[in-house]
Amino acid sequence: MTLKIIVKGKAIGKILKSKNPINFLGAVDKKTGIIRDQQHELFEKSLKNSILVFPYGIGSSVGAYTIYSLKSNNSAPAAMICTKADLSVVSGCALANIPMVIANQEQYDSLQDGQEITLDAESGILTTH
Amino acid sequence: MELTKEEEASLKGENGETLELAYRILVATGEATDAKKLIPIEWAHVSGVNYNTIGDAGEEFLSNLSKDAKVKVKTTVNPMGYDIDNVSNYNLDEEFIKKQESIRDSYNKMGVTPSFSCIPYEIFDLPKNNTQVSFAETNAAIYVNSIGHLKTNKESAFSALASAITGKSPYSDLRKDQESPNLTIRMKLDNPNELELGMLGYYAGKVADSSVRISGVNKMDRRSCKSLCGGMGTSGRCGKFILDDDDDGSEKVDFDKKEMQQVYDELNTTDSSDLITLGSPQLGLEELSDLSSMLKGKSFKKRCMVFCPRAIQNQAKKLGYTGELERAGCEILSDCCTCLTPLIDKENVDGVTTNSIKGAYYLKNSNGVDVNLKPLSKIIQEETK
Repeated sequence: MTLKIIVKGKAIGKILKSKNPINFLGAVDKKTGIIRDQQHELFEKSLKNSILVFPYGIGSSVGAYTIYSLKSNNSAPAAMICTKADLSVVSGCALANIPMVIANQEQYDSLQDGQEITLDAESGILTTH
Repeated sequence: MELTKEEEASLKGENGETLELAYRILVATGEATDAKKLIPIEWAHVSGVNYNTIGDAGEEFLSNLSKDAKVKVKTTVNPMGYDIDNVSNYNLDEEFIKKQESIRDSYNKMGVTPSFSCIPYEIFDLPKNNTQVSFAETNAAIYVNSIGHLKTNKESAFSALASAITGKSPYSDLRKDQESPNLTIRMKLDNPNELELGMLGYYAGKVADSSVRISGVNKMDRRSCKSLCGGMGTSGRCGKFILDDDDDGSEKVDFDKKEMQQVYDELNTTDSSDLITLGSPQLGLEELSDLSSMLKGKSFKKRCMVFCPRAIQNQAKKLGYTGELERAGCEILSDCCTCLTPLIDKENVDGVTTNSIKGAYYLKNSNGVDVNLKPLSKIIQEETK
């Protein structure tokens, strides 16, 4: 499938999919990349090296720094795929050089948790293994 | 997105690394929001000042950036981690203070106005209607879009910083004379207090897209309005609300007792507390005045932290409000806020009573303490003697 490129780059990894949005400042430990919000469906899961698929970022504008910190601490996702743009996620990925693309709803629905994929965010092409 | 020749050159790095970085952020956020161009903005309000939230990576980033970067437009800043005047009372470790001071120095070097406040709309005069600004702090972005007649994206810490350095921002939806929101929330509760309006905001943030219409709320005092903006900014990506009872044919959802109870159950985690906090968003002069009247002849039975901007505290001191608050047992703090201050730590605090939905979310998830939600009237009634 071909996705809309927001931040260029390439990534290979396993999809970690969340049905719910993510508040990076509140829900993610910026050192470890582990979700600490008990009410979030990804509670206790690690974002590290995943292809993080989620609808969009929510909440604090400082979430952008959380994404930048994750990258500095080697705990960041390898790439992010969202359905809608939220400026915290977009700018955090842009500064941290984390490939980021936007999927339409049909593409988003077809992505499965645990799937191994290659995302080429230079051409916008996603291939499943 | 179309860029001018000069913007294009900056993006390619021809005008230095700082501008390259700033334009990389503006172009990514512009592409993501389908903006066709960048437009000038007159005022930037940046977040990412508290060492507790941005950490070592953020501190180092700002330290490097400030070697070269200068803000091009008026730039105000969000709260930091503590109040410099009384930090010695709170047993913070030296490392924290050193890193926080470095962050403050970096922003000062870039030429910001050291406001350390999340309510810039209450301490500075607002420019004329429809002025384009770039506000990162979510409650402030929602407030100025919805009440202050200004226009801003729901900026991030980095997009607002990029705007501060370049004086520009993507011309995205919230900056335009907008189409009508595609969702209306019908407020079904009569005479809501500020806590209930905060819960309405939190619910609205969850269900709304980038803007929302709210019916059934005629007028709100400042406290309630700030509470609604704070709640909305915490739970969603929505950057604007319109109060309007006319039926415009959009999709409708109700906010009634059941929806309110769901929010309450999500954020209220205890019935007891050893600390009260007021001010998330920080309190303005009117709220300090109200609070000092409500506390006449009373005093708190437990610690109560009151957060307000320094400019407001100075005014309140002259008017005698701070004296009254201190007499009633309040600790008054400037430059910081309930949200994510290291002064509230799970090592020495078990539960916090607050009327702030925004405060509740971050106290619970980031500070790791339990939260007891009560409206201000009930806090005064039950927590004072």
